Amino acid sequence: MTLLDAVIFLPLIAFLISLALPKDNPDLIRRFSLVASSAIFIVSLGLIGSYWFQNPGKFVIETNVPWIDSPAIRYHVAIDGISLWLVILTTLLTPICILVSWRSIDKHIKQFFAFMLLLEFGLVGVFCAIDFFLFFVFWEVSLVPMYFLIGVWGHERRIYSAVKFFLYTMVGSMLMLVAIIYLYNASGTFDYTRILAGLQNGSIALSSQEQLLLFLAFFIAFAIKVPLFPLHTWLPDAHVEAPTAGSVMLASVMLKMGTYGLLRYCVPMFPNAAKICSGWIVTLAIIGIVYGALVAMVQPNMKKLVAYSSVSHLGFVVLGIFTFTQQGFDGAVYQMLNHGISTGALFILVGFLYDRRHSLEIADYGGVATPAPRLSTVFMITMLASIGLPMLNNFIGEYLVLQGAAMVYFRWSVFAALGVILSACYMLWLYQRVFFGRASEDLTHHMPDLNFREYAIIVPLIALMLWMGTFTQSFIPSISASTALILGPIDAGRDVHVRNSPAPRALAGKELANAR
Amino acid sequence: MLASYVPVGVDYLRLLPEIIMVAAGTLIMVVEPILGENKRTAFSSISVVAFLAALAAAIHANSIPGTSFSNMLIVDGFATFFRVLVIAVGLLSVLAASQYLRREHAASAEYYALLLFSVTGQCIMAAANELIMIFIGLEISSIATYVLAGYLRDDKRNNEAALKYFLLGSFATAFLLYGIAFIYGTTGSTNLADIRNYMLTPGTESNVILASTAAALMFVGFAFKVSAAPFQIWAPDVYQGAPAPVTLFMSAGPKAAAFAVFLRVFMTAFLPIAARWEPFVWSSALLTMIIGNFAALTQSNIKRMLAYSSIAHAGYVMVAIAAHNQIGIAAAMFYLAAYALMNIGAFAVVTHFSRQGEKYVNIEDLAGLGWKQPVTAGLFAIFLLSLIGVPLTGGFFGKFYIFKAALDANLVWLAVLGLLNSAVAAYYYLRVLVVMYMEEPGPATVSIQPLSAGIRTTLWATALGTLILGIFPSVLLNFAQSSSALVK
Repeated sequence: MTLLDAVIFLPLIAFLISLALPKDNPDLIRRFSLVASSAIFIVSLGLIGSYWFQNPGKFVIETNVPWIDSPAIRYHVAIDGISLWLVILTTLLTPICILVSWRSIDKHIKQFFAFMLLLEFGLVGVFCAIDFFLFFVFWEVSLVPMYFLIGVWGHERRIYSAVKFFLYTMVGSMLMLVAIIYLYNASGTFDYTRILAGLQNGSIALSSQEQLLLFLAFFIAFAIKVPLFPLHTWLPDAHVEAPTAGSVMLASVMLKMGTYGLLRYCVPMFPNAAKICSGWIVTLAIIGIVYGALVAMVQPNMKKLVAYSSVSHLGFVVLGIFTFTQQGFDGAVYQMLNHGISTGALFILVGFLYDRRHSLEIADYGGVATPAPRLSTVFMITMLASIGLPMLNNFIGEYLVLQGAAMVYFRWSVFAALGVILSACYMLWLYQRVFFGRASEDLTHHMPDLNFREYAIIVPLIALMLWMGTFTQSFIPSISASTALILGPIDAGRDVHVRNSPAPRALAGKELANAR
Repeated sequence: MLASYVPVGVDYLRLLPEIIMVAAGTLIMVVEPILGENKRTAFSSISVVAFLAALAAAIHANSIPGTSFSNMLIVDGFATFFRVLVIAVGLLSVLAASQYLRREHAASAEYYALLLFSVTGQCIMAAANELIMIFIGLEISSIATYVLAGYLRDDKRNNEAALKYFLLGSFATAFLLYGIAFIYGTTGSTNLADIRNYMLTPGTESNVILASTAAALMFVGFAFKVSAAPFQIWAPDVYQGAPAPVTLFMSAGPKAAAFAVFLRVFMTAFLPIAARWEPFVWSSALLTMIIGNFAALTQSNIKRMLAYSSIAHAGYVMVAIAAHNQIGIAAAMFYLAAYALMNIGAFAVVTHFSRQGEKYVNIEDLAGLGWKQPVTAGLFAIFLLSLIGVPLTGGFFGKFYIFKAALDANLVWLAVLGLLNSAVAAYYYLRVLVVMYMEEPGPATVSIQPLSAGIRTTLWATALGTLILGIFPSVLLNFAQSSSALVK
């Protein structure tokens, strides 16, 4: 029983306890889930220490015990520098989301908080699983609570969105399942580390066509989750209709399941196929960056605007991964975390506005800065972080991705940088329409400033934005150590798409961070 | 050698489950007039005891494996697996039915007696080692089930279901019998091992055409019984028309037993000509999945929806047969067990919810059940998620294992199309979840009564079973794997 096992199973235990709580005492349920999820967060912080003391870069805090004898399926979990931060992101956002839902969820309270804990169990598991079967189990398990969160507690078109969300993911998952079984039949194991080693040293022989098809099967499953243009159509629906906590978990953590899968499984296992496909994948990612930003600009609905901005931001992550450079990988991972913090915060702030005014239409606002100056200030900081202002977190990630892209093919970074400019346009315009101008009488009455609970929610996130934007070295070295291990074997044949590479390519993110 | 035709003690011991159930069924028929009107609850107790005793006898028989009655029956792991399964299905059907029968004022002895006889037939099918025994078992099981389908004899839908089932069923049985005759004519034997040996003997190649014709005819018979396309037409009407607890039984027990003989015949006697039948089973499997899943999408009646879903699930098991390898057999066995549990659970909820005269059998009627009866709805949700194939449920692991078998046999396209089919299937199961949890309670949910003890036991037992098979599949899987090497 390691610390990691505790972080994985405590949410499940908390979920089971919360099911047993009496349903007519909502305060007890709220407090229990807040205390439980905060405790899990504190326990999960212990992972950072254990990670650094043991062999950074590689998989650590490993548990590997048999689960099902035949076919040989093992409960094999571990973390490395990539999953470490995603796990902590999940455990951090769960108590925050529970606080967000404190008053805004007023029906079926017990089930809501129980589902939040079950969701945490699934999400933490996805990032820790090393066994493919286990990974698939967690992948699907996280789907069920999110389906209910959207479908039961969402807005008007919640049912349509929940079903669409479930079916999209399900189709991708089924392709992934075929690929997982196919890999098992070729290798005799579900263990990712063994499969990877076998693929790299050639003991698992797959023809290049097989590799390509397997790559595509995994890729489609992950690309739906990311979501990569043109598979993104479920996302605006799901985000807009979900309750605030659901949107936050969906955007901040669930989308990362896709990009995490790309980086962890797709690229290292099938580097040749990934390189063959990288041309059109990067094209789609860049289309996603620009398209997402353009569509975000014309949205009349705040949540939809933030949702499309996610499509744009996640395009950067995919772009970073498919540059196959150290900077690109580091930037992609960092951008996953950044997006989790800043877009999560944006959804929370939009939720605050919704709690006050019960509308998501931008047209219903205007002049909010006058009655609620503090809310406007935190919104401003979050928005600037999302745009990518230096000193705030997104800048670092986007910069690294753009640099990685520029090293491979300069034009990529030109088009991708267009997305950064556009993000400034839609965000600033949103801010102007919502917060500036004259506040109507009606709005002033319904717009109290932040209360204590809301401070408790948003201040940690703002602090993280500043921290991640200035003290990058608290995060990047651990990420680099792991991405370098992924990149190492791929790097050998890197000349396929490399043109115009001015900088020495082995410049590790660690040095970069130090140089800054 | 004459002595071997006289049955010895151990022969009877191997047949003990069937003997117990026939005796109990007969006893129930005999004592009904003696007991009179007010002692009707005794019948369900007698049947429960009989099923439990048969269960113990079936498990005990596994410790004395071998053939009995001059090679007519065989007790091996495979037979034990299916005997235990169908007896358990019978037991759960009794538990789920008693309140329903009281509600419909039909709690007479025949129901229990017929159920016992039907399960007896299925046990014989599971243990049959030659074609005549298979036929006898199939007939015992089917005739009892025809009557059960029309059990509420004043109900029009029941009558229609029974008649349709009977006419089409007898037609299909005729095909089966014709196939058996062909085989006997060709090979001179009805024993499965002898048939296989004959086909493996050099110099019999010219008879392969005849043997394949026989296999095709028998395929028609079996495909009808398991409701595989293109012989699935009867299933929706019969499942919808029959009383809910009978549908519960029909969709699990007879289907499992029919698959047992299907597997045994095709994986022993007809294995030498597998290359000839594989394409047919392949296409039938795909067609079954597609028809079942796409037809279920548009159903508004929950019994009919589950009927189509049961067709689709038969398609998944057909995939395992198409793989015709040992993993395929184990996968089919595991899946049928998981399927029986989740389907019985789902139909038990329908039985509970439908109320007198099966008034509430539309999906829309379930609106808001999740908040009116959280436990019932929660358990129903487990069954539905298992039917979708969400991990940590038996349905997922079964499906996973079946498609693993298919990929082992290089049926990549069948696996891909089958799994995409199950994504389609997710839609109609989700619709039930949507109605239960995301819509406001309607009149049917508001007037809901508490669960009866029998149905509660059924629901908890099947839900626990579904979860155990999903989380610790090894408990059953190891047994299925060790008994999937059929005696050849």
